[in-house]
Formats: sequence, structure tokens, C-alpha cells
Amino acid sequence: MSAARLDPESAEWVQALTGNGLRRDAAVTRLHELLVRIARGEVRRRGPRLQITGPELEDLAYQAAADALLAVTSKIGKFRGESRFTTWACKFVIFEVSAKTGRHFWRNPSVPMDAENWDRLPDRFGFDPALEAEWRDLLAALHRAVDEELTPRQRAIFVAIVLNDVPLDTLVIEPSSNRNAIYKMLFDARRKLRAALAANGYIDPDKSRRS
Amino acid sequence: MNGWSALDRFLRTDPRDVGCAQALDMLHVYVDLVATGAQAEAEQRYPGIAAHLRACGPCGQDFEGLLAAVCGETD
Repeated sequence: MSAARLDPESAEWVQALTGNGLRRDAAVTRLHELLVRIARGEVRRRGPRLQITGPELEDLAYQAAADALLAVTSKIGKFRGESRFTTWACKFVIFEVSAKTGRHFWRNPSVPMDAENWDRLPDRFGFDPALEAEWRDLLAALHRAVDEELTPRQRAIFVAIVLNDVPLDTLVIEPSSNRNAIYKMLFDARRKLRAALAANGYIDPDKSRRS
Repeated sequence: MNGWSALDRFLRTDPRDVGCAQALDMLHVYVDLVATGAQAEAEQRYPGIAAHLRACGPCGQDFEGLLAAVCGETD
């Protein structure tokens, strides 16, 4: 798009990065510094859950920033000025951190990916152990619906994400998969399970909350 | 929140949900709106993205990360 439609700061970024010589070099350096700062902040923000610390955290941030810099400079022609340039550019480094932390979990799984921790379900959804008599049948019905209503692929994704707490992005590691496909698979599984529980009277189909 | 409502909220799907690909494609636009204090306008203009970000953990994380970045919270 024409730089004339951009806000002044974004226009300056685009002109500098699509230009030549020292001005472009300076802009690339400035962009890299920005991306490193954002990446370090983002890995710190996500770090506690992933148990990444020290040099590994720094490495991940620098790799994410380097890959994002490459993506931004190669795709700058696709920037349409719908947001500030820096917001568009920072999106790439956030996505890189997402992808790299997903791979980190895959290399360091806390549980076997194909284990079935059904005992974890009450805690996962905050069911009170003292009231087990009230929810035992519901969770048994959910288990049956998972076994009977889902396709093998939907079941595997439900088990990994819901029972084993595997991050969705970790499942994207598998060949010919992506976040959207995994999410859609889980979306369809959730819809089927809710319909099955509603059909058997465990969940009110028209009520969002049950006291 | 008790277990019933948490499970119900997890299983409930929103037909407006646009999925990850569309939400992430427009995430920078959505975040810029929210960052300027126009969250309600963002949700009204992009209800499918708002629905998706509420339901999808990874995209919700990306949204929060990008919002923190542009608001200077990750310095």
C-alpha cells in the first residue's frame, strides 16, 4: 500500500526498511533491538509455566527475534497499514515465541503425550472432592462420550490437551498439522461432547451455568 | 466458579468463532484497537475474533503478549 496512507511513524519505518544503504541498516538494527526486547519480555511472561530459565530463555528470545526480523523484512510489502507498523512487526515475534515454546514442551514433556490421566479431570475443572457424589456420574458420562462420540483423532487431541495438559501448540509439531486444524478438531469435539451430555440430561443445553 | 460451570464453559462453543487462522491474521488490527482503549469497539467490529480469543488458549496468549508488547509492559 502507499506509505501516504500510513501514520507518520509507520511510514518512516516502511520507507527506511524498503530503502537502501545506511538508513536501511540503521532501521534493521533498530527493528532487531525492538524485537529482541519484545521477545525477552514475552518469554519471561510465558516462562513460569514452561519452566524455562537462564541462558535457555535468552537463547529462545534471540532466536525468536532473529526469525521474526527475517519474516518482517521479507513480508514488508504485505503490510497494509491497518495497524501501526510496530504492532504488525511485533506480531511476528510473538508468533515465533509461541512456536518455539511449543517445541520446548515437546522436547521436555512433563507427562507421556499418550497417557490418559482421567483422575486429573476433577481438579482440571475445579470439582470439589467433598461433593464427589454429585459429579461422579457427570464425569463418567463425559468419559463415555469421549470414548463413543469422538473420532480417534478428536479423542487423541482431547486426551492430550484436556487430560495431559499438553499445550495445543505442541501438537502442531506433528507433520501436516497447524494450530487452526488442531483447534477446529477440539472445537468439534467440545460441541459433540456437550451435545451428548445435554442429550442425557447432564447439562442444560439452554443454560450457561449450573449452581 | 464450580466444576459444573467450568466444564460447561469449556464445552460451550460459539458459532461466531472464526478459528485461529482468521483471528491471527487480524490480531495486530484488533490489538491496536484494544490498546487505544477501544475494547468494546474491537469486540463489536470483530465479534468472531473476540469469540475465538475467549475460547482458544494459545491465541489468547498471543493476544495478551502482543497487547503487553504494544502497551510497553514487556520492557
